[in-house]
Amino acid sequence: MHSSLLVVDWFFLLEKLIMIIAIVSVSLVIAMYETYFERKIAAYLQDRRGPNRAGPFGLLQPLADGLKLFMKEEIIPNTPNKFLFILGPCLAMLTAMMTSAVIPWGGTIDVFGRPVSLQIADINIGILFIFGVVSMGVYGIMIGGWASNNKFSLLAALRGASQVISYELPMGLSLIALLFITGSLKMSAIVGGQLDQLYNITYQPLGFLIFFICALAECNRTPFDLPEAENELNFGYHQEYSSMKLGFYLFAEYINMFISSVVMATLFFGGYDIPFVNDAALGQSIGANWLAVLEAISLIGKVAIFIFTFMWIRWTIPRFRYDQLMNLGWKGLIPLSLINMLITAAVVLWLKK
Amino acid sequence: MIQYLLQVTNTHSADSSFWYLPVGVQFIFAIVFVAAMMGLTHFLGPKRKTSDKLETFASGIKTHGDARQPMAIKYFLVAILFVLFDVEVIFFYPYAVNFKSLGWDGFMAVLMFVAFFLAGFIYIIKKGALNWED
Repeated sequence: MHSSLLVVDWFFLLEKLIMIIAIVSVSLVIAMYETYFERKIAAYLQDRRGPNRAGPFGLLQPLADGLKLFMKEEIIPNTPNKFLFILGPCLAMLTAMMTSAVIPWGGTIDVFGRPVSLQIADINIGILFIFGVVSMGVYGIMIGGWASNNKFSLLAALRGASQVISYELPMGLSLIALLFITGSLKMSAIVGGQLDQLYNITYQPLGFLIFFICALAECNRTPFDLPEAENELNFGYHQEYSSMKLGFYLFAEYINMFISSVVMATLFFGGYDIPFVNDAALGQSIGANWLAVLEAISLIGKVAIFIFTFMWIRWTIPRFRYDQLMNLGWKGLIPLSLINMLITAAVVLWLKK
Repeated sequence: MIQYLLQVTNTHSADSSFWYLPVGVQFIFAIVFVAAMMGLTHFLGPKRKTSDKLETFASGIKTHGDARQPMAIKYFLVAILFVLFDVEVIFFYPYAVNFKSLGWDGFMAVLMFVAFFLAGFIYIIKKGALNWED
């Protein structure tokens, strides 16, 4: 009895470990290729070719960039806070790697008679977990910028921190309106409520718009990339960094972009649900494992559309001024999301009666 | 003890603290990954340090003093206001999860809470805490 109990637990741990390694590596690879596609899309929007020398269509360019970041000289400038200087990028990367833990990547698959759910941890406060980890990301920016002992970095870090925390408020408020409809903080329950049903975007178009704008601001993407405004701040909060420490900051940003796209697809666009197809019926005919593969592909497809939109916006819309950014966040989006929340609550209650 | 363990293993699908175990595993994995990459890149790459190179970069001009000096109060004001309002936003979450069972009574109570929220919000706007252009 004792031994069988232990065996079950070890299998569970092994299964989770394999899944963690797979998901983290996939998000790292996607983050790498986001840099490639960003340059390619920028190039095509500006009537250029983009990277096309390393490998076919320049597909090996991200590997070359990564290798370069690895082999560069590591410079720690004259700062009294060497430990914090190293801790900054570590924290940024750590928080970026932790958010993928609660996202459902597909349904349940069957491995040698063992049901395996394609989600690392199905905790019952899924969204709050993501929020908590994302807000830890501010520390990466703040500590890095402050410990650099550089005035430009400090200014950029302060800007970045105040921007990210300001946009967390409307983001949280727009999510509450969504929770009125789903009734659960669990990611698997939110996706389960949308499987073969209307997606949440049909009930919450305004909430999605607010969430999307806040996601742009949280990821420091244009038009909200004030922490990296080159013409005002040289390079931004990471300008004293070199080698893989800089790489960590850049990587963390691209992983955050990927994760926020996944979160938007999961919350508002049905997660791993295959659009226009009855998933349950399809699962009956082709089996649970193939269904899970198709569902994961469907999720990645939705994410790819979001990532493309992020890049499209970056190369289309110019940067905001700082006061415009803060006015939009505090005086525009917070009242708007409050109204959205109250209207949603009233309508849901009214329809139920 | 064994019965307790059995309970823990039998509640995989239920809402339980059991699911935090994989989160912990991922946290350890992330720490190991970050530490390994940091250590690895520390040993790779050349090291030729000169005093000029280690100076902080200020667009080519000589660095004046260090960055340990007072900053504009506005940033700190934003941080304080964020803490206040974020706590209020967090109060909405338990309501949002239970709101169907609370019905119209709960909605009226939350309307009152939103009124308090808005009162504070209008107050800080009137006080000029959200004016960024001087």
